[in-house]
Amino acid sequence: MKTDVKILTAHLDDPAWHTLAGYERHGGYNALRKALKMTPDEIKAEVKAANLRGRGGAGFPAGIKWGFLPKETTKPIYLVINADEGEPGTFKDRLIMERNPHSLIEGCLIACWALRANTTYIYIRGELFSSIQRIERAIAEARAKGYIGKNVLGTGWTCEIHAHPGAGAYICGEETALIESLEGKAGQPRNKPPFPAIQGLFDCPTIVNNVETIAYVPWIIENGGQTFASFGTERNGGLKIYGLSGHVKRPGLWELPMGTTFSYLVNELGGGMRGAKPMKGLIPGGSSCPPLLPNELDTPMDFDAVKKVGTMLGTGCATVFEEGVCTVRLGARIAKFYEHESCGQCTPCREGTGWLHRNIEKLERGERLEGGIQLLDSICGRILGNTICALGDAAAMPIQGFLKKFGDEWQRHIDLGRCPL
Amino acid sequence: MATIVVDGRPYEADPARNLLDVCLSHKLDLPYFCWHPAMGSVGACRQCAVKQFKDENDTRGRLVMACMTPAADGARFSIADPEAKAFRASVIEWLMLNHPHDCPVCDEGSECHLQDMTVMTGHNERRFRFPKRSYVNQDLGPFVNHEMNRCIQCYRCVRFYRDYAGGADLDVFGVHDGLYFGRAGDGTLESEYAGNLVEVCPTGVFTDKTLKRHYARKWDLQTAPSICVHCSLGCNVIPGERAGELRRIRNRYNREINGHFLCDRGRYGYEFVNDERRVRRALAPHGPDRSADPLDPNEAIARVAPLLAGRVVGIGSPRASLEANFALQTLVGPDRFFQGISTRDKRLVDTALALLREGPSRAPTLHEVERADAVLVLGEDAPNTAPRLALALRQTAGVVPRQAVAGIPRWHDNAVRELIQDAKTPIYLATPVATRIDDLARRGQHAPPEEIARLGFAVAHALNADAPPVGGLAPEVAALAEEIAGVLRAAERPVVVTGTSCGSEAVLRAAAQVAWACGAGLCCVLPECNSMGLALLGGGSLDDAARALSDGDTLIVLENDLYERTTAADALLARAGHVVVVDHLAHATGARAHTLLPAGTFAESDGTLVNNEGRAQRFFQVFAPSGHSIRESWRWLRDVMNAAGRAEAAGWHALDDVIAALAAARPDLAGVRDAAPSAAWRFAGNKVARLPHRATGRTALHADRSVHEPRAVPDPDAPFNFSMEGAGVELPLPAALVPRFWSPGWNSEQALHRFQEEVEGPLRGGTPGVRLVAPGAGPIPWWRDPPGPFRRREGEWRVVPLHHVFGSDPLSMLSPGVAQRAPAPYVALAPADALGAAVVVTGEGFAATLPVRVLPELTPGTAGLPVGLVGPLPAVVEVKPA
Ligand SMILES: Cc1cc2nc3c(=O)[nH]c(=O)nc-3n(C[C@H](O)[C@H](O)[C@H](O)COP(=O)(O)O)c2cc1C
Ligand code: SF4
Ligand code: SF4
Ligand code: FES
Repeated sequence: MKTDVKILTAHLDDPAWHTLAGYERHGGYNALRKALKMTPDEIKAEVKAANLRGRGGAGFPAGIKWGFLPKETTKPIYLVINADEGEPGTFKDRLIMERNPHSLIEGCLIACWALRANTTYIYIRGELFSSIQRIERAIAEARAKGYIGKNVLGTGWTCEIHAHPGAGAYICGEETALIESLEGKAGQPRNKPPFPAIQGLFDCPTIVNNVETIAYVPWIIENGGQTFASFGTERNGGLKIYGLSGHVKRPGLWELPMGTTFSYLVNELGGGMRGAKPMKGLIPGGSSCPPLLPNELDTPMDFDAVKKVGTMLGTGCATVFEEGVCTVRLGARIAKFYEHESCGQCTPCREGTGWLHRNIEKLERGERLEGGIQLLDSICGRILGNTICALGDAAAMPIQGFLKKFGDEWQRHIDLGRCPL
Repeated sequence: MATIVVDGRPYEADPARNLLDVCLSHKLDLPYFCWHPAMGSVGACRQCAVKQFKDENDTRGRLVMACMTPAADGARFSIADPEAKAFRASVIEWLMLNHPHDCPVCDEGSECHLQDMTVMTGHNERRFRFPKRSYVNQDLGPFVNHEMNRCIQCYRCVRFYRDYAGGADLDVFGVHDGLYFGRAGDGTLESEYAGNLVEVCPTGVFTDKTLKRHYARKWDLQTAPSICVHCSLGCNVIPGERAGELRRIRNRYNREINGHFLCDRGRYGYEFVNDERRVRRALAPHGPDRSADPLDPNEAIARVAPLLAGRVVGIGSPRASLEANFALQTLVGPDRFFQGISTRDKRLVDTALALLREGPSRAPTLHEVERADAVLVLGEDAPNTAPRLALALRQTAGVVPRQAVAGIPRWHDNAVRELIQDAKTPIYLATPVATRIDDLARRGQHAPPEEIARLGFAVAHALNADAPPVGGLAPEVAALAEEIAGVLRAAERPVVVTGTSCGSEAVLRAAAQVAWACGAGLCCVLPECNSMGLALLGGGSLDDAARALSDGDTLIVLENDLYERTTAADALLARAGHVVVVDHLAHATGARAHTLLPAGTFAESDGTLVNNEGRAQRFFQVFAPSGHSIRESWRWLRDVMNAAGRAEAAGWHALDDVIAALAAARPDLAGVRDAAPSAAWRFAGNKVARLPHRATGRTALHADRSVHEPRAVPDPDAPFNFSMEGAGVELPLPAALVPRFWSPGWNSEQALHRFQEEVEGPLRGGTPGVRLVAPGAGPIPWWRDPPGPFRRREGEWRVVPLHHVFGSDPLSMLSPGVAQRAPAPYVALAPADALGAAVVVTGEGFAATLPVRVLPELTPGTAGLPVGLVGPLPAVVEVKPA
């Protein structure tokens, strides 16, 4: 369904929206009041009905994830918000935290109520200073107003929210590394199973959700899951904040119904390419996603449709590059990032990413690459699916994608002994 | 039991185990690095990948890590699957990207798990075309060498050092492909288990620094099964020799005792065997300067034999074998055989033995200690007196919380650790001073031995009203006793740990009383490697020896330096007409000998040691010492008896004859016979080869003297050859005869699983050794006389013996590295008693000026003195300002 409804970006024109007063002026915290009168199961049912897919990159349905919590437990349950937004090309959670932080706080409270949790940790990427400030301020305001604390809105229910700045390691965005980091340990992902819902933070059942995922929850509670779902496509409910960067006229963020096409984002909203050069390709949702070619832009931006064309929606923040960009150079830069961010725990990623990066750089420098493109492909192929966490995949998939879509260009680097561009 | 299918064949599997463990238990080749049988899985290296199939119809399958996959009933796997094989080869390829190609000069080469796994996966072609990363190495002290470039980042070292052994000064630093495993800076690794890194590390990062000084490859090391001689636990070891020099000690898995790990005293204490202070020739020191003429062995025998016509008194030793002590006992007769330990030490050991034999409590093995669900430690500073026991207790700490783990397999190490967090098995510790396992204790007490004993007796009374009450307890001690009693009562497998080291019989009795009152195991640490054997053999103390010695008698001292044992050594030796010392080391007693007979060390002889649980274990001669002078102590004594025309030893051609005589004389010790197969044991007509099948230099080694191949020295005492001929280790040898772990394709100690019934199970054919001590069946012999409270006496300090893993064992102190780590002599005093930086300590013939160590936990009126560093300890001293 086409809609002009905006949720998380509805009042960006109000410069005080990030304050409690501003948020309340636009109806903020009504959803919490409503939620506290609902049973946890009723809330979960709404979220399920909303077809709310996780906005952290993997698109896992939030309602289903919430259902993985043990039915009975004597341990506390934790909600952890993944605000470590570190995927290159991605800057959507930051918008929410800086301009609409109370939507996240309200979402956390409602989610805690639904999950029978009493504590939320918001793990914020260390470099996002303004986000940290705004979230901390929002928490303080909400606590002062009685939304957070020992006796939420006089109900006798306790709910605490803590902001926890990370130190800027990309791997700490992986949910189990994030948990380790929260516990004060080195951010190294855990082997799964057990999954966080069973054994998460401090060994307790834990739900980890992305900022955007949780920020949508208040609207869903206020307006109904079905209404939210109706904005999107079949199994991809509601709106999503899409980002656009790269060689376009107007980079930015837009909140759109799920299933909007890439071409609408790039051409209508982004105003098309920045100059005379036509588009060479597009990385759909952060640097770990294999690229799309200009002729694939009619793909609807939902998790399932993008998957069908061999890549991923990821974070929904697309990066466009024009003709003249050397994809080998681009690939080398992406590979360098993942090498640098590998936690060093498992062999394929720790060793494979470094080797991959060095090989691509060699290619870019026009040096002879013994083993050729097949070497790159075989390194990627063996990393893929064989690591402890998905960082290995994130490193391998884009390179495989570039080889698939731009293999000729890569081969010509070898044949010519230099960049053909 | 479940059934799983691997490459189309069904295998029995324990579903509680992971697939890697099951495959190795079935002796299937599957490479791995980060998994360790004692430490479980972390899924980091990805080397153990196999294909898993959903069902018979699934032909694609998916790669899984065997170490992270339960061996669930009906599960289907393939090791041989081409994709799995290719993946495993690429893991090696990745690991080799930065691994130097320095195998020929690497100490690990020839017994390197990385080499083995590389060959196993078939990876052999290098596609990496970049410079390798390199690191700065660290000086980690005298025991462990560091060569970080060889690291394959398996994390085993930090998991062992920190998680398993409780160390803090080794860690992993950095991220991505720049990890660094080491200390924050150069410096000696603090843990007394650091030497295990040498075996835990699958490649050559951590290697044996003492071996490096006289390096030989595993394939050139002559080995035989042996027993550690540095404490009473009897850990099983593999000494390795080349060219007449003992080069190193390795762990010999014994599930019931040491499992996979040794302590550093045991691993690095061996160098006395090569020491300059070794007695290598028979000597007859004479004249005022005691200058010595070497004697031909026959001359020496001829010199001593006539003395047997007169009165002879014999002093045995708790560090000599049962057979050597028995030979001396036979020579002098039971009435003139003395144990060579002080009256106090003898009373302690005899008490311990009596408690184990007369009471209902059994001595647990270390393996059983590791599985206890409640522990009370009374008086024993295990990390210093029985280090491997302390490492076992560290594992005990995880037992109860691990029992409660549901839904996660036990082998899933990180997940289990995450789950149990800081929860621990209830362990209570009462010791005179702080110990390095105090962190394991739920609660405890640092107090003088009397008070420790009183706590114990109070616990026993709280558990069982038949045990007598203790009067006048402080309320908090009474409450602690009640708490401990409650925990022990509720436990299913409680263990009480105690020992002789704090010098108190009352502590031993109290511990036994607790064990009896709740049906606990009674683990009793003794002073030396054969303290138990000697106690079983009987004989009086050194004071008794002094009383029995008439002026002019001949005195034979066996493997013992009396100056370490008593301040009355001078007087005793002066009265003897002729002193014969049979020992391998020159020491103060030897310096007073009229005849000195060079004995073989444990590495040059065979014999039996009885450990603290009463287990008789055989150690086998590792190498034949060069020259013809050095021989086993019992052989010297036999030769002397035979030369004197004595009949008893006429039939003692070999060790088995001595054992037979012992069994005949002492039916209660007849079990010694079964501690290991006799010298007559053969595999298809063959003895076992001490030298590996790949030994080199068999003639070249002697080529400077002769081009002929030296004839192998015959060995009448053991079913082993001093050569590469004979049965190899790949054959199913009895566990007591396995001279090293080595199997085709498995050249490192990781070959162990080929020798076990199953991973972490006993060795094939069962755990070696025979128990000689069994609990009594009679009524519980309650001790009715708990001691009164400790009372300070004016001008008097009760001596508390303080032990040091490096320092308190004189044999290991001859290893330079061990000596380097030992403290300088000192006296420990309570803050109130510390009269200055140094004090004069006197009493019972003891006099020394010692620097003061202030120990806050020490009770005023007690003084701690370090065992082995200041001579024989008095019981009471006076302390005055220096
Ligand atoms: C290497 C790596 C980095 C990740 N970084 C982030 C991140 O910065 N933010 C985020 O929300 N999810 C990140 N994820 C995904 C999380 O693991 C997790 O799936 C997500 O937080 C779940 O929330 P959702 O279900 O609401 O999407 C990352 C995953 C990987 C493998
Ligand atoms: S895939 Fe990379 S980041 Fe993830 S656990 Fe392995 S080494 Fe660490
Ligand atoms: S030093 Fe050895 S044990 Fe430690 S990670 Fe490296 S290879 Fe593994
Ligand atoms: S042994 Fe299985 S992943 Fe390392």
